[in-house]
Amino acid sequence: MAAGFKTVEPLEYYRRFLKENCRPDGRELGEFRTTTVNIGSISTADGSALVKLGNTTVICGIKAEFAAPPTDAPDKGYVVPNVDLPPLCSSRFRSGPPGEEAQVASQFIADVIENSQIIQKEDLCISTGKLSWVLYCDIICLDYDGNILDACTFALLAALKNVQLPEVTINEETGLAEVNLKKKSYLNIRTNPVATSFAVFDDTLLIVDPTGEEEHLATGTLTVVMDEEGKLCCLHKPGGSGLTGAKLQDCMSRAVTRHKEVKKLMDEVIKSMKPK
Amino acid sequence: MEGAMLADAKIRTESGTESGPRVSGCSLRHFACEQNLLSRPDGSASFLQGKQDVHETSPAVSPGDTSVLAGVYGPAEVKVSKEIFNKATLEVILRPKIGLPGVAEKSRERLIRNTCEAVVLGTLHPRTSITVVLQVVSDAGSLLACCLNASCMALVDAGVPMRALFCGVTCALNSDGTLVLDPTAKQEKEARAVLTFALDSVERKLLMSTTKGLYSDAELQQCLAAAQAASQHVFHFYRESLQRRYSKS
Repeated sequence: MAAGFKTVEPLEYYRRFLKENCRPDGRELGEFRTTTVNIGSISTADGSALVKLGNTTVICGIKAEFAAPPTDAPDKGYVVPNVDLPPLCSSRFRSGPPGEEAQVASQFIADVIENSQIIQKEDLCISTGKLSWVLYCDIICLDYDGNILDACTFALLAALKNVQLPEVTINEETGLAEVNLKKKSYLNIRTNPVATSFAVFDDTLLIVDPTGEEEHLATGTLTVVMDEEGKLCCLHKPGGSGLTGAKLQDCMSRAVTRHKEVKKLMDEVIKSMKPK
Repeated sequence: MEGAMLADAKIRTESGTESGPRVSGCSLRHFACEQNLLSRPDGSASFLQGKQDVHETSPAVSPGDTSVLAGVYGPAEVKVSKEIFNKATLEVILRPKIGLPGVAEKSRERLIRNTCEAVVLGTLHPRTSITVVLQVVSDAGSLLACCLNASCMALVDAGVPMRALFCGVTCALNSDGTLVLDPTAKQEKEARAVLTFALDSVERKLLMSTTKGLYSDAELQQCLAAAQAASQHVFHFYRESLQRRYSKS
């Protein structure tokens, strides 16, 4: 009977739960879904990570290649993110060129990388003006159940921590690059940006980590990306119902706690991996 | 701080002054708006933010101005694949000044579209489409805010029912913590962080926000307060220019 009501009046069905300050899957309004992360699963990539936020599954693979540095910044490398939402993850996506959702997510990840200065692009330069690294970060969603931005940011961060770049020297005589695959070093990750997404309901209620259905019923979304010092890298609110300054403050405090949770999880995973 | 009003609705404000965290006057650049300039779309508007002289009546755009031309078609027929049974389908197309539209434009289109969706009363026109087409004429900083203002004016000109008006305000934070509203392109480049907000006219709530750079929570609240204060002037300008337009005819 509840299933019938849910199909006919999804919003009303949802409101009944919200009145009791909980959600259909049993979570509180400020509770995240179970987060699991698996680092280094793709052996052919230079760095990889798989993140699961409840049912939402996202995998990030990073490949490093050589390129000539940009002419206007000869001492910098490149970081090229790309988010792919294939038809595999949800029935709403069709095969073909990236849809709007994928493009927006790619732009969001590019902004986070740029704003948070997670990697100093100068670290990626091998030889000024001649050779630098380019990191292709491919983020692919395997299962879409809402809150894709949080999962992608987390996957990207975890994968970058996993990347090992070989040492490269430029041979003086031949001018060619010599790659020493035996000597690898990790990237210098300067900050740890963590994204927290909220959905706005009926212009007033804010819930954390919306599932796919909740995103569909929501009147607005908000994503806050914070680093460990409490600095904001990105406040992404693409339209939707209005929010007052006070509500924003609540979101910030939730984002701070989320950052601690994620950092703890990531440190645990990396510690369990390091002796390799 | 408003100067003399002219027939084509220009408000002179202090241009390019840096304001402290508590904005006493208005430090937005001078802005101008023209409506109903295109004959084919149902509504159109051109919004200009920049350093034009007050006494210049021609709408010529100088290199120091940000100008966006918006056209609205709607409510019109919608493709069956895109129709929503109980609401109007909103579409935004943003054309950059140079080059083909890319991923950044798609991202901005999504921001503008979601902002418009929050204010447009789509339920009054179900199974129709409302299309907003924006063309960047010149870019001298605060582009997204200018796009938002132009789309709001164009929607009003088209007579699309809305629950509130909205405006875009850009804030730039310098490395020493000072706030500059409506920054020029140079100020945006040198700033530590650039925040763009869309605020609604009824309660000055935050409809849309997009940011670049690193900043703290306190600075965010500061910028938001400054933007809310500045939006007063923009809404006042909207009201004035619409009053002038409708009182003439």
